[in-house]
Amino acid sequence: MYASTVRGLLVRGMLAGLIAGLFAFAVAYVVGEPPVRSSIAVEEAAAAKDAGAAGGHAGHGAGAGAPDSASASAEEEEELVSRPVQSTVGLATGVLVYGVALGGIASLAFSFVLGRVGGFSPRATAALTAAGAFTTVYLVPFLKYPATPPAVGNPDTIGQRTTLFFLMILLSVLLGVGAIILGRRLAPRLGNWNATLAAGAGFVVATGLAFLVLPDNTDAVKPDFPAALLWEFRVASLAVQLVLWTVFAVAFGALAQRLLVQRTDPAGAEAVTPRPASAVG
Amino acid sequence: MAEAVASAAIPTPAVAPSAPLPVKAVLPWALFVGLLMLVALYFVGAEQGATALFAGEGVHEWVHDGRHLLGFPCH
Repeated sequence: MYASTVRGLLVRGMLAGLIAGLFAFAVAYVVGEPPVRSSIAVEEAAAAKDAGAAGGHAGHGAGAGAPDSASASAEEEEELVSRPVQSTVGLATGVLVYGVALGGIASLAFSFVLGRVGGFSPRATAALTAAGAFTTVYLVPFLKYPATPPAVGNPDTIGQRTTLFFLMILLSVLLGVGAIILGRRLAPRLGNWNATLAAGAGFVVATGLAFLVLPDNTDAVKPDFPAALLWEFRVASLAVQLVLWTVFAVAFGALAQRLLVQRTDPAGAEAVTPRPASAVG
Repeated sequence: MAEAVASAAIPTPAVAPSAPLPVKAVLPWALFVGLLMLVALYFVGAEQGATALFAGEGVHEWVHDGRHLLGFPCH
């Protein structure tokens, strides 16, 4: 009986993740693709200059056609996947799989925290879970190792950078879980409000320490990369994730509320799911 | 339907806090589906970048833009 509830939540989480992914893809395409395109133009201009070839700088920030012609002139730039495919179907694949996968994981996290973090409705619990996931899976790692556009970063260090990035995600999620447990422990003594503040402060301090201890990104941005373009790209990346998690919070909250409240509706089908012991006594 | 009687008879309001789901019911889903989801994330975020299960650059190139915009180190 409970297993079917968990399965129902999981399916709804993945569905909400898919819906959120569609919105996030729209943002990524409209807001994110222009800076990606410009960054590739910068990359190709630099490559052309390195190779001593002329005429690579033509299409900086202009249209989609110019980088293609520049890449044709660049040596050994063999295109496995063309730019038009990368920026549409490829982008959609990445964002949608990311949305569905994280939607599923978030719904499992929701199943764990539901009814265990205070007197919240399913809807409110979903919103809190989404906010926590956005913060720990994206925002905190982003503050230490921000997203970088094409043309930034040395391919030789991709191993180290990927390890550090995933380590930062893991650490931030674990610290977030730790903060929730700490808050619950402190609540009887400090009260809910102050316990939440204390746990939040603990999370910020521990995250700050992790930022200090973990090594810096050694080759994040080349000095000659346009600062405005970098800013534009990073704000776009932030927007994609913010939209993804906001839509997920709303969609999953509505779906979960309908699934759970209908079962525990005090007026209606009370017999389906047992009430908590405190409510009965 | 006197208000006072009704509120005394019903111990919990309409927005009752949710009952926790037993961990035993969540755990199998979390383990198996959670793992599957992590594998999917790996393919979006890291395959043919830092490490590669498959030879070539096809996966990397296909999700290239998503990888950059979602915040992963790409290349």
